[in-house]
Amino acid sequence: MARKWLNAGWMQQIVFTGPATIAFAIIVLLPFVMGMYYSFTNWNGVADTASFVGFDNFRAALTDERFRQSFLFTVKLTAVAVVLTNVLAFLLALLLTQPIRMRGALRTVFFLPNVIGGLLLGFIWQFIFIKGFAAIGSATDWHLFKLPWLGDEQTSFWAIVIVTMWSGAGYLMVIYIAALINVPKELNEAAAIDGATAVQRLRHIVIPLIMPAVTICLFLALSWSFKAFDVILSLTKGGPFNSTESVALNIYTEAFQNNRYGLGTAKAFIFFLIVAAITTIQVRLTKRREVEA
Amino acid sequence: MKTRTIRLRSLSVEAAAVLLALLFLVPFYFLLANSVKPYADILLDASSLPKSLHWDNYKKAFDVMNFMRAFRNSLIITATSIVGLALFGSMAAYRMVRKPSMYNNLLFTLFVAAMVIPFQSIMIPLMKVGSWFHLVNSIPGIWLCYIGFGSSLTIFLYHGFVKSIPAEIEEAAVVDGCSPYGVFWRIVFPLLKPMTMTIIILNSLWIWNDFLLPQLMLGRPSLRTIPLSTFSFFGQYTKQWDLALAALVMGVLPIVVFFLFLQKHIIEGITAGSVKG
Repeated sequence: MARKWLNAGWMQQIVFTGPATIAFAIIVLLPFVMGMYYSFTNWNGVADTASFVGFDNFRAALTDERFRQSFLFTVKLTAVAVVLTNVLAFLLALLLTQPIRMRGALRTVFFLPNVIGGLLLGFIWQFIFIKGFAAIGSATDWHLFKLPWLGDEQTSFWAIVIVTMWSGAGYLMVIYIAALINVPKELNEAAAIDGATAVQRLRHIVIPLIMPAVTICLFLALSWSFKAFDVILSLTKGGPFNSTESVALNIYTEAFQNNRYGLGTAKAFIFFLIVAAITTIQVRLTKRREVEA
Repeated sequence: MKTRTIRLRSLSVEAAAVLLALLFLVPFYFLLANSVKPYADILLDASSLPKSLHWDNYKKAFDVMNFMRAFRNSLIITATSIVGLALFGSMAAYRMVRKPSMYNNLLFTLFVAAMVIPFQSIMIPLMKVGSWFHLVNSIPGIWLCYIGFGSSLTIFLYHGFVKSIPAEIEEAAVVDGCSPYGVFWRIVFPLLKPMTMTIIILNSLWIWNDFLLPQLMLGRPSLRTIPLSTFSFFGQYTKQWDLALAALVMGVLPIVVFFLFLQKHIIEGITAGSVKG
């Protein structure tokens, strides 16, 4: 009869949803709520006491020149990286849906960079930008490879864009390939017979039909770039002169190096609001353009 | 005539694709070629092929970064976390689908909504929570963190999949005297296998490569994972490229091998995971 309570509804509820809910509550919900509280205090992370300071942290965050700069950098990086990574990924997907040999091997190669974590990726490219490019530069005498790629504000921005594209394109390509395969052949053939050029077919048939994939890929690329941290830490450490410091890196430095936890949580909360807003708007906008085949 | 132009066209498409692939592989060439060169040769010309294979770099880097220990830590953390996520995630999603009470619906909404929270926006108070619950510097502690952070996407993906399983099968099992837990474990969980594969793959790529959470939670050197020991290695041996590159090759090797062996599943998993996500 001991079985009876074990099979009761409330017991099942606890057994099935309990473990995940407890972990989620402790690790995500509790810190999230605490963060909102701490962002209104002058907590330094060590002391047990934290006094209430109202909106001071938010005011300080919004007038912090370095935070503003990191925000601008992140927006710029996101805008450039989202577009270029998606264009590259889409081109790769188009190439790999043509009747060519070695498709499997090519897909493997394009995807491979993605399985390497951001931190190691950044270190690998640090070597390539510093030593590899120099070697190519002295062999070919091309000016492009003789630039101090990680030593200059302009070029280090593009260095990060290149690494982001290299690692992200393969992932998005896989999603675009899956979408392209599902575009009905008859539609394309019928349009071709009616005299539509390849570009016209792409614009008016293929792209509208793969809009769901576009939504997903934009969403993914957007959140990757906006939260960029590992790659930047290992590639440029935010330098030179903090010019490549992302918002995520700025928050990290504020809290764990400057020990201003209250200010850090305020920045983190602003960061959360922006990320949540952008991703929601972006998904809504692109969803509206999806059409049925 | 027509077939010839088509063949010519596909040949040029092929050439373009191969060229792009080579371009994608250039970083790997630099990495591998220079990892077996003595330091002086790297400085001399980083683009040349190595004159001889200088394995010493690997031997030294292997010892300095304590590779086996880092590998073991990464493996333990990743493996236990994905098992926990698959098990707890599928159980929670199953209950939420089959008993859509108001409480469960609210819970599901919370899990899904939390997907937009970036890690950096809660990491600071998380450290405080970590010290309260003694999660810092402990493998079970970081395990709990991965269960908490991973459960949102895991439950979301399982939720969509459980909905597609007809409840009649379970009802038949109940009639035959199977307990609710038996129904889940013997009937539902095996049916979830395709989604379990996806979930294992997505989570293992993420957890294996994760840097920031272990960096915050695991300060003790004996608990370092591969990304952490690579990071501290770079801190100590700045610009010691001969050792650093060997360390990087060893660091990326396990995940690259994992990918090459399971690539069919990985690519399918990513497609399935992102279409739903």
